Amino acid sequence: MKCRKCGGTAVLELRRHNAAFCRPDFIDFFRNQVAEAIRRHRMFTREEAVLVAVSGGKDSLALWDVLLQEGYSTTGLYLDLGIFDYSKESKARCEGFAAKHGARLLIVPVEQELGAAIPEVQSATRRPTCSACGLSKRYLMNRAALEHGFPVVATGHNLDDEAATLFGSILHWQTEPLARQSPALPSTHAKLVRRVKPLYRLSERETAAYAFLRRIDYIVDECPFAKGATSLMHKEILNRLEDVSPGAKHNFFFGFLEKGRPAFERLADVVLNECARCGQVTTGTLCGFCKLADQVKRAR
Amino acid sequence: MKVILRNPRREVEVAGRRRVRELLKELDILPETVLVIRGDEMITGDTVVGDEDVIELRPVISGGRV
Ligand code: SF4
Ligand SMILES: [Zn+2]
Ligand SMILES: [Zn+2]
Repeated sequence: MKCRKCGGTAVLELRRHNAAFCRPDFIDFFRNQVAEAIRRHRMFTREEAVLVAVSGGKDSLALWDVLLQEGYSTTGLYLDLGIFDYSKESKARCEGFAAKHGARLLIVPVEQELGAAIPEVQSATRRPTCSACGLSKRYLMNRAALEHGFPVVATGHNLDDEAATLFGSILHWQTEPLARQSPALPSTHAKLVRRVKPLYRLSERETAAYAFLRRIDYIVDECPFAKGATSLMHKEILNRLEDVSPGAKHNFFFGFLEKGRPAFERLADVVLNECARCGQVTTGTLCGFCKLADQVKRAR
Repeated sequence: MKVILRNPRREVEVAGRRRVRELLKELDILPETVLVIRGDEMITGDTVVGDEDVIELRPVISGGRV
């Protein structure tokens, strides 16, 4: 197969774009898509300090790499979930990447903040591991950004992630998540930082290809708790659709952004308070993270 | 040829020449879910692979993230 741009040997075919690219032209394509995402949603400027949440996986390290290449001012944030070898190895990947690029990396041990590492939370609170983990990550990302003075947090969510999340929300008609899901969430409260997803235009296979072609040392193995996750099942269903109808994932998610989300947004009307304990933003009196930490403490 | 799969890591032997596209179909793997790697290069679906090749099919789908 030949590169659409230069006619050289292609390394990757992108069926939904009806194109194939050689290494340098694919890397160009990838960077352009990120630049387009940042521009279209005014994610951040070159003057702003961006906190990039990194997990050691392909998406977040690919994101950090592009932003560094493009000359943005970035700092990495690694949340140490305490998930056995998986966390040890993924942390080492983040540290290695930061060292190689002379970039700053903040490390927050979740156990210190929550009172237990992620693998212990389920037995202590009966809350499913991934749900406790997701809640903790969102909370700690926002808090770390506020404490260190970052106006914006960037995460490595890609098109497959966004399409799978959308699919899950629609299966249950969860109107609040449907009103909120967006490549860029503005700060709606002084204690909420902006959250952006500059990879939302790129598929999971494209971010993996970018990481591979840029020789980024990322962790290929999965978090042990990911096994059997419903989000993985949704991804597979969508990839089956994609196989027979290239562009299906793109049309599903982009169509939602254009036509679906505005309708749900009009329905949403949430009041934001500050948590009575930690002062972070919540819709109740005590935030989800403080409640979870209470449950952990009680179980001890 | 030797085909390396991950999660869990395993290897399968496949005999004969064919296009990558056909190899994936035989192994029941969706093209959208893997990178096809030969040596230290990625190859496209129309590339012909044969007995002497070692091919890694690296999964790209992940569930765990920040
Ligand atoms: S799979 Fe679950 S436990 Fe593992 S990192 Fe993702 S959310 Fe956390
Ligand atoms: Zn080219
Ligand atoms: Zn709180």
